Amino acid sequence: MVTDTPLEAELRALAGSVPDPELPVVTLSELGVLRDLHVLGPGRVEVELTPTYSGCPAIEAMSSDIERVLHDHGIPEVEVRTVLSPPWTTDAISAEGRRKLAEFGVAPPRPTPSGPVALRLAIRCPHCGSTDTTLLSRFSSTACKALRRCESCREPFDHFKEL
Amino acid sequence: MSSPSTAAALALGDDALVLSHRLGEWAGHAPVLEEDVALANIALDLLGQARLLLSLVGDEDELAYLREERAFRNTQLVEQERGDFAHTIARQLYFSTYQALLYGQLADGMGPLAPIAAKAAKEVAYHRDHAEHWTLRLGDGTPESHDRMQRGLDALWRYTGELFEPVDGLEVDTAALREGWQAGITDVIERATLTVPTGPRRGGWSAGGGRRGIHTEVFGRMLAEMQHLHRSHPGATW
Repeated sequence: MVTDTPLEAELRALAGSVPDPELPVVTLSELGVLRDLHVLGPGRVEVELTPTYSGCPAIEAMSSDIERVLHDHGIPEVEVRTVLSPPWTTDAISAEGRRKLAEFGVAPPRPTPSGPVALRLAIRCPHCGSTDTTLLSRFSSTACKALRRCESCREPFDHFKEL
Repeated sequence: MSSPSTAAALALGDDALVLSHRLGEWAGHAPVLEEDVALANIALDLLGQARLLLSLVGDEDELAYLREERAFRNTQLVEQERGDFAHTIARQLYFSTYQALLYGQLADGMGPLAPIAAKAAKEVAYHRDHAEHWTLRLGDGTPESHDRMQRGLDALWRYTGELFEPVDGLEVDTAALREGWQAGITDVIERATLTVPTGPRRGGWSAGGGRRGIHTEVFGRMLAEMQHLHRSHPGATW
């Protein structure tokens, strides 16, 4: 990061501003999946991207979206590499990303448990703010979300699961 | 970092690929819509793990779609038919408990599979949570659900010994996982008011051999379905 050139910083911001294909309210940078960007030579850029889940089908759409914005910015050669280590965690989602998720109706993830005993904070309904919510299914429309229902306003909602 | 052992990557990758296919068979058939979605999501996690593991040692599509039955290195447990919902949950409990221990140890090591294992271990924790929840609900549910859950646990028991056989090139002592596995499944099964099976898991009557390419009859039929599109229409895209 310390060796970033102004061009790298500019291109990184550009790649990071690409919206997530499944949750378009958050950007790849806010989601914390854009790991690095290097300018390898004139017109040659390498981008490091990490998947949220091993089988996340969105990673291919993310790669082609990044390639497209960088091509449009005059970089003809873009290689997007997938990196696994260290594994992505929901803690990598920025504060702004969490705010946008909640506004979109998806309860943001809680901090991942750090001790041996998982601390179970209440999950807040993104519609009415009540903490009286019930788990309906551990897996929702995508692997990264669980389906819950608010017992106060009775609305179902997605919760971005801690990973 | 050393290069990955082909035998180890195939064993783990094939387990994930084959179980992913068996879980995918539930799409449109699960008892409730939420479970349709849950099982498909678990299948997708496993498919992602399989793609990462197989890609380490070859072309993922060639390995998945063009190998013959005898070249697959998955355990016989994962290739068994999906059965009823309780049968599927019994397998999920046995397998996710094993996978959580295996990936946990691999992730702690420095080997070539460590980054994949570290990622997968977090996903498998949710698979195990799902299996535990359903084992409790079915076991401690109606007499019908209790009986079916017990039948699933009993029927698959003889396939569990193979999980702890050594795998060439894998930096984990698989035999040493058995104790933690037994403790893990026993805790859930007993809380579900069910009985831990006691039949043989090794020896003459028990199953095994998947890691050496010896598979059960049902696996050939599963492969025919999984591979036929790729083989009948090479290079097809849509």
